[in-house]
Amino acid sequence: MKPELMKRMVKGPDGVEFEVEPMRDYYCDAPPTVQHGAYIKIVEDFFNWARSQSLWILGFGTGCGAIEMRPLMTPRFDAYRYGIQWRPTPRQANLLVISGYLSVKTLKRAIRAYEQMQNPKYVVGLGSCTINGGMYWDSYNTIKCLDQYLPVDLYITGCMPRPEALLAGFEDLKKLIRAGQAEGANQYAERFDWYKANQKQVIHDWDMPDYNW
Amino acid sequence: MDMRALYDRLKALYPLGELTEQRANLAFVTLPAEYLRPALLHLRDLEGYRHLVLLTAVDWLEDGLFQLTYLLCNRSRNCDIGLRVMLPREGATMASSHDIWPTAAVYQRELREMFGIDFPDSPGVDEEFILEGWNDIPPYRRDFDTLKYANDSFAQRAGRETRDPETHMKQQLYPDRD
Ligand code: SF4
Repeated sequence: MKPELMKRMVKGPDGVEFEVEPMRDYYCDAPPTVQHGAYIKIVEDFFNWARSQSLWILGFGTGCGAIEMRPLMTPRFDAYRYGIQWRPTPRQANLLVISGYLSVKTLKRAIRAYEQMQNPKYVVGLGSCTINGGMYWDSYNTIKCLDQYLPVDLYITGCMPRPEALLAGFEDLKKLIRAGQAEGANQYAERFDWYKANQKQVIHDWDMPDYNW
Repeated sequence: MDMRALYDRLKALYPLGELTEQRANLAFVTLPAEYLRPALLHLRDLEGYRHLVLLTAVDWLEDGLFQLTYLLCNRSRNCDIGLRVMLPREGATMASSHDIWPTAAVYQRELREMFGIDFPDSPGVDEEFILEGWNDIPPYRRDFDTLKYANDSFAQRAGRETRDPETHMKQQLYPDRD
């Protein structure tokens, strides 16, 4: 384990010494729970409509596909007119776009980012690499099947998908959300142990709490 | 510019192998590991090769050797020379050059991780560089089977097809030609 993650005594600026245990102090150790729908369908439908109009993407690019997000978030393709915005931190985002191949090292960061996002939240896999490894299918360093590790609500095919494809994909995601079918976050909570086992199978130096919320 | 003249000047000092002239301003030469350091210093301080362009390795699996290539550049005369060193693959170790060019430390960390070539005393050489939690032989070694590792480590999605791009595009674009 890295030294900065170990339990240790720290001296504050006021001279007071206190104990810090980063693996426990900075995280919540409660696993995620399933969020049940509203008490009547019409209310839940209304919520889902509102959610579909409020997509906030975490500005986190993992593969070559990330390059296509730049024209998308700037005037050329201007995704903002569809009510889609980018945010700088997971806390302010509800859509994680995995924009291409994901190395094991980046997967660790993606998991942390995903778990820090607040419900309701969605995952979109972009490009062949997230679907079946794409051209990195025999690489020693990239995962081949994103939905083994994170609950994917929608895949957008292509290598790489053009901004038009992304816009179409986001419109599809909105339809899924309105239909109440974008339940990835709940699947993650339900099958939490399965996801964690898969994640730990590829991340050999697991040095974070099981749930980083 | 004349690589041959430079070669002759170096040859008078160090036991050099053949000169391979790739272009008028790019040549490679092999020398024993123990002469590398004086040769690097000589080139840097006396011949104007002040820039380490790259330090890289080749795995000659069949010969049981690693080849290190130190590519140096003389900016003012716009020419490059590559010094090659052959190391036994088994327990490959090389003297560090980070005190000649600080950037060498980064290359050496990478070579340590990806090829398993050790550079004792190079800063951070034993720390993880790009890989995290790697648990197999260094992945750039040619006896590392990347496909097998990928199949053993990662879940593959069934139904993936691979097409040879050349034949596939021929069929798509010129189906009636052979
Ligand atoms: S699908 Fe293609 S463009 Fe996207 S990350 Fe993979 S190789 Fe790159």
